[in-house]
Amino acid sequence: MAELMYREALNQALAEEMERDANVFLIGEEVGRYQGAFKVSQGLLDKFGSARIIDAPISELGFTGLGVGAAMVGLRPVVEMMTWNFAILAMDQIVNNAAKLRHMSGGQLRCPIVFRGPGGAGGRLSSQHSQALESTYAHFPGLKVIAPATPADAKGLLKAAIRDDNPVVMFEGERLYAIKGEVPEGEHVIPLGKADVKREGKDVTLITWSRMYYFCEEAAKQLESEGISVEILDLRTLRPLDEEAILASVRKTNRAVIVEEGWPLAGVGAQVVDIIQSKAFDDLDAPVVRVTGLDVNMSYAANLENAIQPDAPKIIAAVKKVLYREGA
Amino acid sequence: MASAYSKDLLLTMYRKMYLMRRFEERTQQQYGLGKIAGFCHLYIGQEAVAVGVNEAVRPDDYMLSGYRDHAQPLARGSHAGMIMAELFGRTGGYSKGKGGSMHIFDIEHHFYGGYGIVGGQIPLAAGMAFASRYRNEDRITVCYFGDAAANQGAFHETLNMAVKWKLPVLYICENNRYGMGTAIARVSAVPEIHKRGAGYNMRHEAVDGMDALKVYEAVKDAAAYIRAGNGPVLMEANTYRFRGHSVVDPATYRSKQEVEDERKNDPIPRLMHYALKEGLAKESDFEAIENEIKEQVDEAVKFADESPEPSLDELWRDTIVEEGEEDVRPRARVLGEKVDNWPSYPSGKDLKVTWDLEPREQAEKADKAAGLKS
Repeated sequence: MAELMYREALNQALAEEMERDANVFLIGEEVGRYQGAFKVSQGLLDKFGSARIIDAPISELGFTGLGVGAAMVGLRPVVEMMTWNFAILAMDQIVNNAAKLRHMSGGQLRCPIVFRGPGGAGGRLSSQHSQALESTYAHFPGLKVIAPATPADAKGLLKAAIRDDNPVVMFEGERLYAIKGEVPEGEHVIPLGKADVKREGKDVTLITWSRMYYFCEEAAKQLESEGISVEILDLRTLRPLDEEAILASVRKTNRAVIVEEGWPLAGVGAQVVDIIQSKAFDDLDAPVVRVTGLDVNMSYAANLENAIQPDAPKIIAAVKKVLYREGA
Repeated sequence: MASAYSKDLLLTMYRKMYLMRRFEERTQQQYGLGKIAGFCHLYIGQEAVAVGVNEAVRPDDYMLSGYRDHAQPLARGSHAGMIMAELFGRTGGYSKGKGGSMHIFDIEHHFYGGYGIVGGQIPLAAGMAFASRYRNEDRITVCYFGDAAANQGAFHETLNMAVKWKLPVLYICENNRYGMGTAIARVSAVPEIHKRGAGYNMRHEAVDGMDALKVYEAVKDAAAYIRAGNGPVLMEANTYRFRGHSVVDPATYRSKQEVEDERKNDPIPRLMHYALKEGLAKESDFEAIENEIKEQVDEAVKFADESPEPSLDELWRDTIVEEGEEDVRPRARVLGEKVDNWPSYPSGKDLKVTWDLEPREQAEKADKAAGLKS
C-alpha cells in the first residue's frame, strides 16, 4: 500500500471518480490553474481540462448554488470551499436548497453533490478562520456530514460521497492535509454512516472524529503506560451517526469521553451523550464527560489559541475523571 | 404584423391566461374557506408574462421560479387539480402536499420548482444552464424572479458567472413594482432592473409585461440568441400584481387610484380585444374557452378536496435518497398515467464533455497581456 498525504488521498479519490464518471466535475476558488489553495486539486486541470476543473470567482453563494442547480439535472458536482469559514456565505444554498430539494419536490428530485473543504482551527489565524463548524451542518435533515481523520478514510469517504445521491458535506482537517498514512489503491470506498474502532481497549471509550483523533491517540498511548486501556471510536460520519457502534463500544468499556474540536453548546457530542444516556444508561459506570473547544472565539495569541483547543492533557484528565482516578 | 399570429396561438394564450386567473381566484376563495393555509402568493395581473414566455420557449427547456409559482406551471401544462391538491396539502399534489404554495415542482414538464428564499433560485438556474453546456444540449433555462430579488447578492454573483461562462439562461425579472410592501424604487439605486445587466456586459432589455404578445416576441428573440451560444439574457417584464403580496395582504401601501389605473391594462381582455380587432377570433371562441375553464377549475377543486391527506409514514420519506430508490413521478403516482417525458441523462463514461470553458490559448494570451509568464 502506498503511503500518501491526506491531501494526496483526496486528490486520488477525485481523479478516480472523475475518470469513472464524466458527470463529476470540480468547482471552487483556485482549484484549477493555482492547483488548489491547499493543493488538493494538484494536477487535475491538466488531466481533465477547464470544462471539468472550474476556477470560480470569489462568490461562494453563487458558485455553490450553481453546483446545486447542476446536480438537480443529473451532474455530480464537487464544490470546494476554500475553507468552511467562507462557506457560511453559501449556507443558504446548502441548507435551504440542497438539503430540501427532495422533500419539497415530493421525491421528484435528487441532489447528488459534495461540498468539501478544510475546517477546524488553523495556525494562528484568529476567529474568522478557525472554526469547527461540523455541528452546524449536522443539524439539518437532508444532508450527510463526514469528517475523516486519516488519509485512507479521506479517500474512501470522498469516493462514497461522490457516488451518493444525497448532498454530502465533507470536513477535511486544515491541519491534516500533510499527515501521511497508508492508502489502498483503486476501489477503496467506505460506506457513509459507519464509525471505525481505531484502537481497541477495555477501560474507556474515546469518541471523536477528524483532527481530534490524533490527540486521542496521544492521550491513549500515555494512558496505556499508566495501565489504562483506551478504545478510540472514530465516528467518521456525523450524520447519520453510527449509533450501533457508539453503543457497542460503550457497552464494552462502560465509560465514555467525547472529544470535539467545536464549541460545546449544541455540538455533535451533545447528541452522542443523549444516545448513550438514553440507550445505554445501565451500562455506564460513570457520567459521560465531554472535552470540547472552549466556549469563546478563537484568539490569535499563541497561548490563548492553545488553551482554547482540546489537547492530550485535557483528554487524559477527562479519562481519569470517568475512571474516578486522582487529579480529576 | 397582425397576420403574424395564428388563431391557434392566440387562443392557446388566452386559454392559459384565463385558466391562471380563474384558478387563482378559486385559490383565494379556498384560502378563505380554510382549505389552503400558509403564505399564498397570487399571480393575478402578471399572466401575460408566464404565457408569453412559455409559448416562446421549448417544452423541454428547463424552467424555475420564486414563490409566486402557481401560474407558471399551468402555462407549461401541469395538471390544475394536482397543483390545487398541493395547495390543499394533500397526497394528490405534485409534492404529496409536502411543498405547498411556494414549492410547486413538475419535473415531467421540466418545471424545477418554486423557491421561498428571495433570489435563491437564481444560482440554481445558472447551474442547470451549466449542465446543458456541459452535456452539449441546446436547451435553455428560464428563471423567473421578482424585482426585489435583484437586490440580493445571489443575483449579482450569478450574473457575473453566467456571462463569463456564456451560460444558456434567460433571466426574467417580473417587475411588479413591489417587494412585499416596499415600492422597488424606494430601495433600489437602479429601479430599472434590466439596466443592471450592463454592469455585467449582459444583453438586457425591458418589455411590456402586460402584453402577452410583446413578451412572446421578445422572448422568442432572446431564446434564439441564447440557444445560438451567445450567453445569457436579462429581461425585465414590467407588470403589476392586482392583489396584495400574499392573499392576506390588503396592500394598503398603494393607492386605489394606482390599482384602478393598472387594471385598465389587464392582459387578459387586452389579448381578447386584439384578437377580435384583427379578426382572428370570434366572441363565441372566447365564450367556449371560458366555459371550459370554469369547468376545469371546478374539477381541480373537487380533485383536491377528494384527495386524502398524506399518511404519517410519508414523514420518513423524501428526505434522504436510499440506495436504489427511484424518483417519484407524480402523474404516474396520482393519476396512474404513463410518464414518458421524464428527463434522463447520460451516465458514467458515455458522457463526452467537450465544452472548453477557458481555452488554454486564451488563458495564455491573457497571462501575456498581464505581463505574466505563460
